[in-house]
Amino acid sequence: MSTLKIKEHFGHEERHKDTTTVFGFFVYLMTDLVLFASLFAVYAVLYQNTAGGPKGSDIFVLPFVLTQTLILLASSLTCGLALLCAKKGSIRGVVSLLSITLVLGGAFLFMELYEFGKFIQEGYGPHVSGFLSAYFTLVGTHGVHIFAGLLFGTILIVSLVHSGFTRGNLRKLALFTLFWHFLDLVWIFIFSFVYLGAFI
Amino acid sequence: MQEISPLYGKLSFGLLPHDPIAIGGAAFAVVCAIIILSFVTYTNLWKPLWRDWLTSVDHKKIGLMYLIVSAIILFRGIVDAFLMRAQQALSVGESYGIIDANHFQQIFSAHGTLMIFFVAMGFMSAIINLILPLQIGARDVAFPFLNSLSFWLFTAGAILVHLPLIIGDFSAAGWLAYPPLSGIAYSPTVGVDYWIWSLQIAGIGSLLSGINFLVTIIKMRAKGMTLFKMPMFTWTVLGSMLLVAFAFPILTVTLTLLSLDRTFGMHFFTADGGGNMMMYVNLIWAWGHPEVYILMLPAFGIFSEVVAVFSAKKLAGYTSMVVSVIAIVFLSFLVWLHHFFTMGAGAAVNAFFGIMTAIIAIPTGVKIFNWIFTMYRGRIRFHTPMLWFMGFVVLFTLGGVAGVVMAEPTADYQLHNTLFLVAHFHTMIVSGVLFGYFAGLTYWFPKIFGFMLDERFGRKAFWCWLNGFILAFGPLYILGLMGATRRLDHYSADMGFQPLFMVSAFGALLIGLGLYYQVRQIIFSIRHRQSLRDETGDPWDGRTLEWSTPSPVPHYNFAVLPEVEERDAFFVQKERRGRGPLQLEDEYKDIIMPKNTGAGLIISFFALCAGFAIVWHIWWLAVVGIFGAIVVIIIRTFETDTHYTISGEEVYETERLWRVRYDQSKKLVL
Repeated sequence: MSTLKIKEHFGHEERHKDTTTVFGFFVYLMTDLVLFASLFAVYAVLYQNTAGGPKGSDIFVLPFVLTQTLILLASSLTCGLALLCAKKGSIRGVVSLLSITLVLGGAFLFMELYEFGKFIQEGYGPHVSGFLSAYFTLVGTHGVHIFAGLLFGTILIVSLVHSGFTRGNLRKLALFTLFWHFLDLVWIFIFSFVYLGAFI
Repeated sequence: MQEISPLYGKLSFGLLPHDPIAIGGAAFAVVCAIIILSFVTYTNLWKPLWRDWLTSVDHKKIGLMYLIVSAIILFRGIVDAFLMRAQQALSVGESYGIIDANHFQQIFSAHGTLMIFFVAMGFMSAIINLILPLQIGARDVAFPFLNSLSFWLFTAGAILVHLPLIIGDFSAAGWLAYPPLSGIAYSPTVGVDYWIWSLQIAGIGSLLSGINFLVTIIKMRAKGMTLFKMPMFTWTVLGSMLLVAFAFPILTVTLTLLSLDRTFGMHFFTADGGGNMMMYVNLIWAWGHPEVYILMLPAFGIFSEVVAVFSAKKLAGYTSMVVSVIAIVFLSFLVWLHHFFTMGAGAAVNAFFGIMTAIIAIPTGVKIFNWIFTMYRGRIRFHTPMLWFMGFVVLFTLGGVAGVVMAEPTADYQLHNTLFLVAHFHTMIVSGVLFGYFAGLTYWFPKIFGFMLDERFGRKAFWCWLNGFILAFGPLYILGLMGATRRLDHYSADMGFQPLFMVSAFGALLIGLGLYYQVRQIIFSIRHRQSLRDETGDPWDGRTLEWSTPSPVPHYNFAVLPEVEERDAFFVQKERRGRGPLQLEDEYKDIIMPKNTGAGLIISFFALCAGFAIVWHIWWLAVVGIFGAIVVIIIRTFETDTHYTISGEEVYETERLWRVRYDQSKKLVL
C-alpha cells in the first residue's frame, strides 16, 4: 500500500476542473488561430489576383471600417468590465455589461453584413476574383465567430439570470471573455492587413 | 446544367448504381446494414446497446467502438486494394481488365481516403482511447462528452463516405483531390463533395479529439508523473496530438475553400478568375505531412512499450527518444514541399526541403537504434507483438531509405508520381502505422477483453502479412523505376509490366490470407476465451500503470488513483512488493463519474444530415442539420445532472471479486 494513496478532497477536484476547462479552451483558441492563420496566408497569396475586378483600395471605405473596429474594441472593454463586476459579485452589473457587449457585437456584425451586401449589390461578390473570394471568406469566418460569440453570450446571460454565480457559470463567463478578446485580436489583424494594407 | 429541385436538390433515381460491380457493392452494403439492424432488433439489443454503448462517454467503450468501425472500413479498403491489384494485373494490351477507367479512379481515391482517414486514424483513436487514460493513471479523459462527440462525428464521416456506394458517385480525383481536376469544371458530379464533407465532419471530430487528449495528458496525469516520467506511448501521443492541434485546422480551411469553389463558384483554386491551384497543394500537404507523423508517432510509442516489455528491460535512451519525438513534431512542419518538388519552386526552395526531409530521417533513426539497444542483452520473448515489431524494423528501414532517395529533388523528378513512390509510402504506412497498431492491439488485447489472443493464428497472420507485403510492394519499386506511373488503369503489353503486376497481385492475396487468419484468430480466441483468460491483469509482466488494473478494466479504472515516483511506475512497484493485485483496502471512497449522454450522437446525426444536404444541394435540410446541431449543443450546456456516483461499497465488491478470481487462477496454475 506504500505507493498508492487516496487522493484529494472535493474542492481540489472542482479547482482542477476549472483550470482544465480553461486550459482546454486555450488549446481550442490556438487551433482557431491556426485556422485564421491559414486564411490570412490564403489572402496574402490571392490579394493581388483581382482578375479584372476591383482592388481592395477601390472598394473599402476606411471610415466605415474604423467605426466597426471602434465598436468591437468598445465591446471588448465592456466584456472585460463584466469580468471585473463578476469578481465584485454584482450580478446586475455583469448582466448589463454583457448585454452591452452583445449589442455592440450585434452592431458590428450588422455593419459587416451591410458592407458585404453593398459589395455584392455593386457586383463585387465573392465569385468575381481570387481576391474577393479570399476577402469574403477571411472576414466572413470572423463574422461567423462573432455570431457564435453572440449565441454564447446570450446563453451565458440566460444562465446567469437563471442560476446566478454558480461555479459553472463563472467558468462560462471566463471562457466567453477569452473568446471575445480573441476575436478582437483577430479583427485587429484583419483591420491592419486587409483594410489598411489595401491602401499602402 | 442540371435542374436542382428545392426539395430533393440534385438527387434523382438515375443516380442509383447501374453497372454490375457497383450494384454488387451497393447491394452488399444494404444487405449488411439490414442484417445488422434486424439482428439487433431480433435479439432485443436496442435498449442495452443505446444505454451502455451508443451513449457511453467511457473512454474504453468509445475506444472499442472506434476499433469496430475502423475494422469494418479496413475490409472495404482491402476490397478496393484487391480490385486495383486485379485491374493492374489484367488490364494489358487488348484486355481492359475488370472495371472501367472512371470506376478505377473512384476506387483508388476511395482506397486512400478510407485507409488514411478512417482506418489509420480510427485505429489510432481506438488505441489512444483504450489505453492512454489508463497509462497516465486517470479515470477518464479531460472532456468525456467531447470524446463521445468526436467519435460520433468520426462515424458520421464514415457513413457519409460510404453513401456513394448507394447513391451518386465518389471522387475520382485521388485521395487528396488536387484541383483543377477536383474543381467543378472537371469533376461536375457530387463525388468530390462527398469526399470533402465526409472528411470535414470526421476531421472536426479528430480535431476535437486532439484537443481533448492534449489536455488530458497535460492536466490529468497521476500525482508524481512529471513529463519525464511519462511512459513513451504517452509521450508519442502528446506529440501526435500537438500535431493534430496545429495541422487539422489547415485541413478544415482547405476543404472549406475547395467546397466554396465548387458550390459557390469562388476562385481559390480555379485556373481562371485569379485562383491559385498550387496553393491547394501547399495547404493540403501542410496538413498532410504532419498527418503522416500524427499516425506514426503513436505507433512508435506502441513499439517502445512492446520492445521494453518483451525484452524485460527498460527502454534504452528514454531522453533521446523524447527529444526525437519533439524533433519530429517540429520538423514535420518543414518538409511538406517534398510532395511536389516538380511544382518548380526553384532550386533553392527544393534544396531546402530536400535537406529538411533528409534530416527528419535522423530522429527516426535514433528511435530504431534505441529499440535495438533495448533488445540488446534483453530476455526477448517472441510473442506476436514482438514479431510485428521485427517486421516493422526491417520494412520501415528499407522504406525509409527509399524515402531518403526521393528526398533528393533531382532523383524525385524521375520518381515523382511513379509506383516507386506508391511502394515507398505503403511501406512506411503499413509497417510504421498498421503493424504498430496490430502490435498494440495484440499487446493490449488481454487488458481490454480479459483474455489473450491466440498465438498460433497470430503468427500465421504475421508471416502472411510480412511476405504478402514484400511480394505486393517489392515489385512496385521495380515497376516504378521501369517507369510505371501510379494510378495506371491500362498499359500496353510491350512495356513488360505484367509479370511484376502479377506477382504484386499474388502478394495482395497473401495479405488477404493474413487478414483471414486475423479474423480466425479473433473468433478462435473468443471461443476459447476460458482457457485464454487472464485474471492477473498483467499477463506480459508489464511496466506501465495500465497493467495494474484488473482486465477487463472496471468503469472507474483505478479504485484509488495511483501515485508515481519513477518511470515504469508499475514495474518499480512490483519490484518492491511482488506481482499480483494490491492488497484490498478496508474501504474505498465514492467515485464520481460522468453520466452517459446521447447528445454527441444526436449532434453528429444532424452533422451527417447537413453534410449529405450540402453534397446534394438540398438547402432546407442543410439548414435543419446545422440548426439542429446548434440547438442540441445549447440544450447540453444547460444540463446540470451530468455525473453519477459509484459507491465505495460497489468499488470494494468489484475489487474483492477480482482478488478472489486472481487467487483461484493462481491455484489452477499451481
